[in-house]
Amino acid sequence: MNPFEYSPALESTAIVEIAERYNLFIDGKFVTPKSGKYFPTINPANEKVLAKIADANATDVDLAVGAARAAYSKVWSKMPAAERGKYLFRIARILQERAREFAVLETLDNGKPIRESRDTDIPLAAAHFFYHAGWADKLQYAGVGIQPRPYGVVGQIIPWNFPMLMLAWKVAPALATGNTVVLKPAETTSLTALLFAEVCQQAELPNGVVNIVTGAGVTGADIVNHPGIDKIAFTGSTEVGKLIATSIAGTKKSATLELGGKAANIIFEDAAIDEAVEGIVNGIFFNQGHVCCAGSRLLIQENIHDEVIEKLKVRMAHIRLGNPLDKNTDIGAINSAAQLAKIRELVTAGGAEGAEQWSAPCEIPGEGFWFAPTIFTGVSQTHRIAREEIFGPVLSVLTFRTPQEAVEKANNTPYGLSAGVWSEKGSKILWTASRLRAGVIWANTFNKFDPASPFGGYKESGWGREGGRHGLTAYLKASN
Amino acid sequence: MIIDASEGSLKSFLKTLPQVDEVGVHARAAMLGTRSIKTTSKAWAIDMAISMMDLTTLEGADTPGKVRAICAKAVRPDATDLSIPSVGAVCVYNDMVGVARRTLDQIGGSSIPVAAVATAFPSGRASYAVKAQDTMDAINAGAAEIDMVIDRGAFLSGRYGEVFAEIVKIKELCGDKAHLKVILETGELVTLDNVRKASYLAMLAGADFIKTSTGKVVPAASAPVVYVMLEAVRDYYSMTQTRIGVKPAGGIRTTKDAIKQLVLVNEVAGPEWLSPRLFRIGASALLNDLLLQRMKMRDGYYASPAYVTLD
Repeated sequence: MNPFEYSPALESTAIVEIAERYNLFIDGKFVTPKSGKYFPTINPANEKVLAKIADANATDVDLAVGAARAAYSKVWSKMPAAERGKYLFRIARILQERAREFAVLETLDNGKPIRESRDTDIPLAAAHFFYHAGWADKLQYAGVGIQPRPYGVVGQIIPWNFPMLMLAWKVAPALATGNTVVLKPAETTSLTALLFAEVCQQAELPNGVVNIVTGAGVTGADIVNHPGIDKIAFTGSTEVGKLIATSIAGTKKSATLELGGKAANIIFEDAAIDEAVEGIVNGIFFNQGHVCCAGSRLLIQENIHDEVIEKLKVRMAHIRLGNPLDKNTDIGAINSAAQLAKIRELVTAGGAEGAEQWSAPCEIPGEGFWFAPTIFTGVSQTHRIAREEIFGPVLSVLTFRTPQEAVEKANNTPYGLSAGVWSEKGSKILWTASRLRAGVIWANTFNKFDPASPFGGYKESGWGREGGRHGLTAYLKASN
Repeated sequence: MIIDASEGSLKSFLKTLPQVDEVGVHARAAMLGTRSIKTTSKAWAIDMAISMMDLTTLEGADTPGKVRAICAKAVRPDATDLSIPSVGAVCVYNDMVGVARRTLDQIGGSSIPVAAVATAFPSGRASYAVKAQDTMDAINAGAAEIDMVIDRGAFLSGRYGEVFAEIVKIKELCGDKAHLKVILETGELVTLDNVRKASYLAMLAGADFIKTSTGKVVPAASAPVVYVMLEAVRDYYSMTQTRIGVKPAGGIRTTKDAIKQLVLVNEVAGPEWLSPRLFRIGASALLNDLLLQRMKMRDGYYASPAYVTLD
């Protein structure tokens, strides 16, 4: 029994007002859905219903696209670029002012620890608006000609793992480049997007520039298939990404797709071991492992395997799982029952295929969706847990003998979103990084994000980049 | 241990230690600094921090009167509330050891050890004969804990054998009469790699405690430095089954600072180190802030600083 058991330190929810039900945000106003339907959104930490969310149908999507089109033709594309930038700066500042409100709401709806929503998601979301605000009147320097043009109306579909941050990744560059948007948040995490709609009103953003339609996959398909959409930006599973690519083939629509991953996190024998262990923990257990770029395949040089695993277990015993609103929580709730079932299915498969499971000794709350941080050792490349994206706090540990073998194993996946390399030898890091086929490679760190840094994948991890100059060009048509 | 005291052996052992990634350590230490310690855990932490304090006066202007004053404070930090624990030790220069020891014995503090800084503290720039005499003086006057400084010059020029040998010899002088704390003066070692190497050097040479700083050099007990030292004692324990203590000193002035130190202990070395036997905090002004916070928890409001004594 540890005498220094931290008392609960709960973030107050008083700062957030959650309505009983939420309507669609179309043309600057909250409007009831033509579908007449609503669905519940729950707090995954206690399974209680937080609010009812409008379920947009094809008619609702059509209205949203119409509003976005009108705003594009009449207002947004005609506005001087510096003026567009001012709106983005205004939104960024409001996000900072209301950061605590957003953080609490994100944690309630998503299940992620308040420490992460407070210190990572919301500050980064604001940073994306600030970064792109600065670009708005400098697009001639984006590298696609002196007078690049926006696409027009962009349909944006975002996932549930970083609801507000993914919104910022999508909306900020689209607006900065002069596009208008129809955005659909994931059905389990709509609330911060709807609060963002309020921010758009507060910033007096012209009506129709941002439209938010809530709903499930069907609503997303309505956006993808709507003829008035000029471009699709999607973050989510590779499976859905492929469907989208198929749907838009042969149309005028282009797409940015940010899909799944099965990142290798490579630990060389000459790594700073203790910080590498921190990097492993951060790589796979950040946000309950609900991270497309998570370091879910740990590749350890065989001669330090036992030492690293021993230290990793000691470290994992300190991970604090529990109430996401507790400021000391490290691992929050799994976002949904469906996701929990998927994690359990793959973990069962891991055991059945002969890998050895170890889970951190933490108490699992009685209600809500939870999964203890888990590692599998003795994993082979052929195991499902080494190939399929688990999207949960589950790490597969493999070994390698030489740098060549590390690179070969790391690249042996249909994905190619991210990778990590740990070594104190600079030349080895560069040698390895230049051979890894992944869009983002972290050296001696993991899961670091910055608006100025392009993010995106090789192979089946996606098309295009988000963030930085590269991300900006995804929303611009070249000119001569 | 497969090493001996020879220069070559020490060098090759220290080379086997994994490197420290400064950025990673700073990030982790900062994250642990965001732990929010409230209510009962805060109350526990305040009392634990008081009992871990090496209440210190190390001034050129120290007098017997000043030393008697801090001894009184050490035994009963607040005479109006006897539920407050005594501090871990009183830490003074060696010529003040006798006065401190006698005072403590007279006022019911016989269980509180006197720690003496020794070996030409704080610079350590003296011959070994002088350092040995300094240490013996303190022990003879009743010091039960010796806070020695390492020879940073020798360390930085790579003469690890000299640093090691000096610690071994001082440890021999301490024998079973005094605990040995080895001050690394991390502010002069600068890099965290050096902090890790010096920590191992001191532990291998027989230190009972490794201590960050003299308090005379800035920076002193920064969170990243303490973090690396706590990792060192944790890993040394898994190699040798021996638990070495850690003492941050210098710059820890507020209750918040002290609680952050305890969080580091808890989550890096482990809860076994949460005891005055294995963790001490070298400080002076800290005690009054702990007392004020303790009153706040007891009474529900902040008392005026006039309610704690200035000694």
